[in-house]
Amino acid sequence: MTVAAVSAPKGIAGRALGNRSLMAGLVILALIILLAVLAPWISPFDPNDQDPVLSLGAPNAEHWFGTDFFGRDVLSRVIWGARVSLFVGAVSTAISMLVGGTIGIVSGYLGGRFDQTVMAVMDVLLSFPQLIMGLIIVALLGANLGDLILAIAITAVPPFARVARGPTLSLKERDFVEACRALGFSNGRIMLVHILPNVLDDLIVMGSLWLATAIRTEASLSFIGLGLPPPTATWGSIIREGFENLLDAPWLAVFPSLAVLVVMLALNMIGDGLRDATDPKAAVS
Amino acid sequence: MSNVVPLKTPPALAVKDLTTGLRIRGAWHEAVRGVSFEVAPRETVALVGESGCGKSLTAMSVMGLLPAKVGKILTGSVTVDGREMVGLAERELESLRGNLVSMIFQEPMTSLNPVLPVGFQIAETLRRHRGLDGAAARAEVLRLMNRVQIPAAARRIDDYPHQFSGGMRQRVMIAMAVACRPKVLLADEPTTALDVTIQAQVLNLLAELQAEDGMAVLFITHNLGVVASIAQRVVVMYGGDVVETAQVEDFFARPSHPYSAALLSSVPRADRRPEALEPIPGQVPTLLQMPAGCRFQSRCPQVMARCVERPPLVPVGGRADHRMRCWLGVPAGAEGEGA
Repeated sequence: MTVAAVSAPKGIAGRALGNRSLMAGLVILALIILLAVLAPWISPFDPNDQDPVLSLGAPNAEHWFGTDFFGRDVLSRVIWGARVSLFVGAVSTAISMLVGGTIGIVSGYLGGRFDQTVMAVMDVLLSFPQLIMGLIIVALLGANLGDLILAIAITAVPPFARVARGPTLSLKERDFVEACRALGFSNGRIMLVHILPNVLDDLIVMGSLWLATAIRTEASLSFIGLGLPPPTATWGSIIREGFENLLDAPWLAVFPSLAVLVVMLALNMIGDGLRDATDPKAAVS
Repeated sequence: MSNVVPLKTPPALAVKDLTTGLRIRGAWHEAVRGVSFEVAPRETVALVGESGCGKSLTAMSVMGLLPAKVGKILTGSVTVDGREMVGLAERELESLRGNLVSMIFQEPMTSLNPVLPVGFQIAETLRRHRGLDGAAARAEVLRLMNRVQIPAAARRIDDYPHQFSGGMRQRVMIAMAVACRPKVLLADEPTTALDVTIQAQVLNLLAELQAEDGMAVLFITHNLGVVASIAQRVVVMYGGDVVETAQVEDFFARPSHPYSAALLSSVPRADRRPEALEPIPGQVPTLLQMPAGCRFQSRCPQVMARCVERPPLVPVGGRADHRMRCWLGVPAGAEGEGA
């Protein structure tokens, strides 16, 4: 009796490694994070060094991305700006994932009136366009780093709550949750140890996509002047400064915009790839 | 008032006059009424009846796991190892579940968390009730996996539920349930979803664990073949009532309640001709249509005028350990000893 060699089914890790879009996205993102981390050593100039002689200089061998109105090196500003933009995006996404995920799981698990009330509040928040929402919160709180992060985080809480609540609703009816209760586990333990791991993959996929949105929101808020005050370089603020001279010196706005574009592309590739890798239906085919 | 069989040892599980209500359209209906039975340490009692007879609800009442808002214990008491369970706060109940009294379920395919390794899930019970963690928990999990006879336990401890067969998953469930050496194990049709051969293995395993730990087992089933092979006593339920309780040999030799007799003649037996199989006509009435008096009257072949009153639980053939709830056991004109 011979049995055909059956290749072991690939786990999530195996599928993730085989996913080109995911891998490409991760490599691009890793490079950009590396640039941001190494900014003090690799940026060719001080991002805030002004030199009126070089005002609005076109890209050349010395200043690859050109110089802005104050004669600051745009490449250096984009590299330093990556630090702020990525930091704000990552921290605010982490906060909204944590808060939104908690709200979604608790609300879905407890159900009843509590769930209805919480989700009604989330729906109201969700009905504001993200930028408007961010605008309102920044206007209320002010524009320093902490408040900016908080504002962006709050705008993303409702979507995370929704994503976590959906699967929780069906998970809590599953037999294994009943078995957990029969073994004496408290509701808190059931939610944290037994339901969260089932919801986590959805939250992570969502997180990678929302990181892109958070970076864009930061850029948008900075662009309309509600971001960090000058001279701090963020991608949004550089684009805004460049926008004023868009016809004379397009490179000022184009290069930071490209940076935003590349990061968003990478994050979306990661998000799509992760979704494919964690989708149990994809695993069958 | 003693409608339970007296036991020599104090019972591990004693259910007394348990009445559990379900709320249907705003009104409470008695889905389990006045149920009493006891299970001694090392004893296996089979709780038998068809779907909707209240056997699972009885188990849920014992565990304190009734669905909030739609189910509650109206009257009666449940004691496990001498401790009253009814009326305990949720927190106290939680510390007893999985510890003093445990439960295994029908569906091993869905009773395990699909995204957590089985070893981790078994360890959860130990972490919760015995405060074990890390290497100590892992060693104990390995011991438990060996105890429930999962082959190559050391290699399989980090495998996920989907890598196990149904029978193996049920063993994992059993390991979780007996991890803290409970005094009472409720088994709610644990073998129904398994192949017959696997079924026998799982039943043997339960019997071995019971012999080692001295657990009392309440085995809920509708499979009379299983009853005959594992139980010492039988409690038959119909429509939320206990209709007959007897030693298992007595029950199969002299089923006395018309429902028990009908139940037995509806299953194939090696010592009867297949033509003798007789289904019970009709179905269990829903809670909303339950007749007053004997709840089996609408399907009973021997129904009589008195059945509109609730019959008492009376001894059969003058024996204290064999009782049924039927007017047939009460001489005409006489009253029973009370419900």
